[in-house]
Amino acid sequence: MVSNNIGNTLKKYTMVIALVVIIAIFYVGTGGTILLSQNVNNLLSQNAYVFVLGTGMLLCILTGGNIDLSVGSVVCFVGGIGAVLLSKGLNVWLAVIIMLLCGIAVGAWQAFWVAYINVPPFIATLAGMYAFRGLSNVVLNGYAVSISNTTFLNVFGGGADCYIPDFFNGKDLNITCIVAGLIAVAVYVVLSLKNRISATKKGYETQSAAPFYGKLVIISAVILFLTFKLAGYKGIPTSLLWIILIVLAYNYVTTKTTIGRYLYAVGGNEKATQLSGINTKKVYFFAYTNMGFLAAFAGILTVARAASAQPTYGQFYEMDAIGACFIGGASAYGGTGSVFGAIIGALLMGVINQGMLIMGVDANYQKVVKGLVLLAAVIFDVMSKREKK
Amino acid sequence: MGKTLLEMINITKEFPGVKALDNVNLKVEEGEIHALVGENGAGKSTLMNVLSGIYPFGSYTGDIVYNGEVCKFQKIKDSEEKGIVIIHQELALIPYMSIGENMFLGNEQGSKAKIDWDKTYAEADKYLKMVGLSESSRTLIKDIGVGKQQLVEIAKALAKHAKLLILDEPTSSLNETDSKALLDLLLKFKQEGMTSIIISHKLNEVSYVADKITVIRDGSTIETLDKTVDEITEDRIIKGMVGREMTDRFPKRHDVKIGDVAMEVKDWTVYHPQFAERKVVDGVSMNVRKGEVVGIAGLMGAGRTELAMSIFGKSYGTNISGQLILNGQEVHLKNIKDAIKHKIAYVTEDRKGNGLVLTNPIKINTTLANLSELCNKRVIDQDKEYQVAEDYREKLKTKCPSVEQNVGNLSGGNQQKVLLAKWMFADPDVLILDEPTRGIDVGAKYEIYCIINDLVAAGKSVIMISSELPEVLGMSDRIYVMNEGKMVGEMSGAEASQESIMSCILKS
Repeated sequence: MVSNNIGNTLKKYTMVIALVVIIAIFYVGTGGTILLSQNVNNLLSQNAYVFVLGTGMLLCILTGGNIDLSVGSVVCFVGGIGAVLLSKGLNVWLAVIIMLLCGIAVGAWQAFWVAYINVPPFIATLAGMYAFRGLSNVVLNGYAVSISNTTFLNVFGGGADCYIPDFFNGKDLNITCIVAGLIAVAVYVVLSLKNRISATKKGYETQSAAPFYGKLVIISAVILFLTFKLAGYKGIPTSLLWIILIVLAYNYVTTKTTIGRYLYAVGGNEKATQLSGINTKKVYFFAYTNMGFLAAFAGILTVARAASAQPTYGQFYEMDAIGACFIGGASAYGGTGSVFGAIIGALLMGVINQGMLIMGVDANYQKVVKGLVLLAAVIFDVMSKREKK
Repeated sequence: MGKTLLEMINITKEFPGVKALDNVNLKVEEGEIHALVGENGAGKSTLMNVLSGIYPFGSYTGDIVYNGEVCKFQKIKDSEEKGIVIIHQELALIPYMSIGENMFLGNEQGSKAKIDWDKTYAEADKYLKMVGLSESSRTLIKDIGVGKQQLVEIAKALAKHAKLLILDEPTSSLNETDSKALLDLLLKFKQEGMTSIIISHKLNEVSYVADKITVIRDGSTIETLDKTVDEITEDRIIKGMVGREMTDRFPKRHDVKIGDVAMEVKDWTVYHPQFAERKVVDGVSMNVRKGEVVGIAGLMGAGRTELAMSIFGKSYGTNISGQLILNGQEVHLKNIKDAIKHKIAYVTEDRKGNGLVLTNPIKINTTLANLSELCNKRVIDQDKEYQVAEDYREKLKTKCPSVEQNVGNLSGGNQQKVLLAKWMFADPDVLILDEPTRGIDVGAKYEIYCIINDLVAAGKSVIMISSELPEVLGMSDRIYVMNEGKMVGEMSGAEASQESIMSCILKS
């Protein structure tokens, strides 16, 4: 059997198509400005936090449409702790480890109530949202604390101006960036082909040739396109490396490991999962503890980018992350969704933000549009499920 | 004889794949108590759902003539307006609301903008008096017992000005005294001119209150017995309920050696998880041997599922006591994982609710209970997983375009096969199959029976819980009969008959 149904393929990639259409609309609307190297660059590094938080949020949503409202406050809280520690001259790596441990501890605290005491996630994390916002103020004493440690800033994309240096000293184009892009494409193509060949050899079902090579070509093209765009400005933003690392790691976790499988199973049918001998409480605990960890990581990226921590940082970050997941096709009832979907959702929101910003649309209307896009995406999800029945 | 109040003519109702009702006729006269009897799944509840508009006009064929006019009910409200009120088997009361609030839920007194609470409670008290319940209508539902709750349901029906009262197994959750009181209440209403239809499994109750008894079997009306004409005995009713011909619906098992006892429970007692004083399984002892199919017969709510799930790693109930012996050694299973490790599998009766993850593909469902088998350091070997799913698809003849297909898109029979595959992959020695053929068509049933035969041929033990007596009789080497939490009978498959099982249940 080959799965080459065009309708199904289109349905699967609706949001990717929507992203392309929206980019095209803004390309026309901004007279091409939106695809200038600098803007592409900003799009990725500005939204680094959404990619990271969206990934974590996806795992929570998979367990049954559960969300974590506290992540914005946790970003601020952890960022604040880091800024204070660094300003006191603590070793960078020690500070980073402490920040991540704080995030895990916060996550575990909330996860405990959600998983073992059955506090509804909405309430448990709403409580966290208030508490950690308050604690951020306490940690920062109500003031902004600036970060001057250059190692920290360089490693985590600080000062909004941090790039992988060009080892080849290219003139107009950043050659390191292009080389990295080419290597990425090569690795991707080789791995895909290798998997396909080994699957065919073992006699497993494989995707039919046309869509397989089509996908290969399109993704390679997208990587190359981004590579050239980035190379045309200052090269690869350091934050992009972190994003790629996290997205690939979590994509692996959700698709290839047992815990990933359990996340989907719990969201799809908790009772059946329990009766399969799986400890569903542990699954919830993992999802929420992990969210704390990724919120801490997003906190690191956020304060590094701003080179300071302020008690107001991270506000509404949770909403951006939740929005990205739902726009990216995660089901509001749990059990379906993917890390790449969440990334597409985050990109879509990012493009809309930036496009409207360049076009000079009032910030208030930007929110209106974002809201409507989110609603439309979820309506689409609900409707397409109803059709099946 | 009074005039005909209700006539249902040639009602046929189909669900995808099943004909639940096939030209059913029912005639109810004014002022009588009419009983509907039949096995589980015979179509009694479906018929009443058609009558009350739960299945709207157009989703069935045939006519409902009520009070001389043809009715086309679109929703429950339509039938209630005519005075047809149904009281469902599961009580539909909200625990944290008062009796009064519950009684007028959806029928609030006063205006839409302002509920008249004084009137609500005054009215409620009036109806409570009619059913002989001496509770204040301000009492919360959670504070009164099940028997009283049933009376509240009836008072609620009266408040809707019911002329025709339909009760679906009203006494199934009541004790003897409460049941008797309820039946006497029905007789009192009858004197006042009320017409009732009562669905019940308890034949002694039926013969106590009913004027007429209609027997339904396999979606068709078999006969209507009239108290004034026919001599009504329990045996007479049972014969009508089960008297169908047994044809060659079960595959033969060839030379399966029945070996030692694989699993045994002794004096197994389980209490209800919410109502901790209620015994759900009461001192049950049973065993199953290697290569043996043991059937557990009984009516719904007899405690069979609860027995099975409590054995399966305490997945149901509290305060479980008794001995569980596997291959001669007593074991204590802490949780489901432990049970799977000890090679017990429980295949649920509710494949959609408790068994399968419908939004996931076949291959993922197949491996869920034994994923570690495919794992190397918690990373799943997806090629191997595909192979496993594919093997079971071939072995069980699951019809699907590919194992990547979502389980939600399969037919009931194929879903059941995926569920079986899932538990066969967990490699158990004892399989407890709970209603393994519920809601699937005859052909798929036959295939499931073949799978069961293959399992015992391979030396496994199978415990089959089923409410379909022919299935229990056709498949089992030995049969246990359960009723109200107790084992009330044990017989060999050869000597058992539908009549002997039924009378075991009804006379216990």
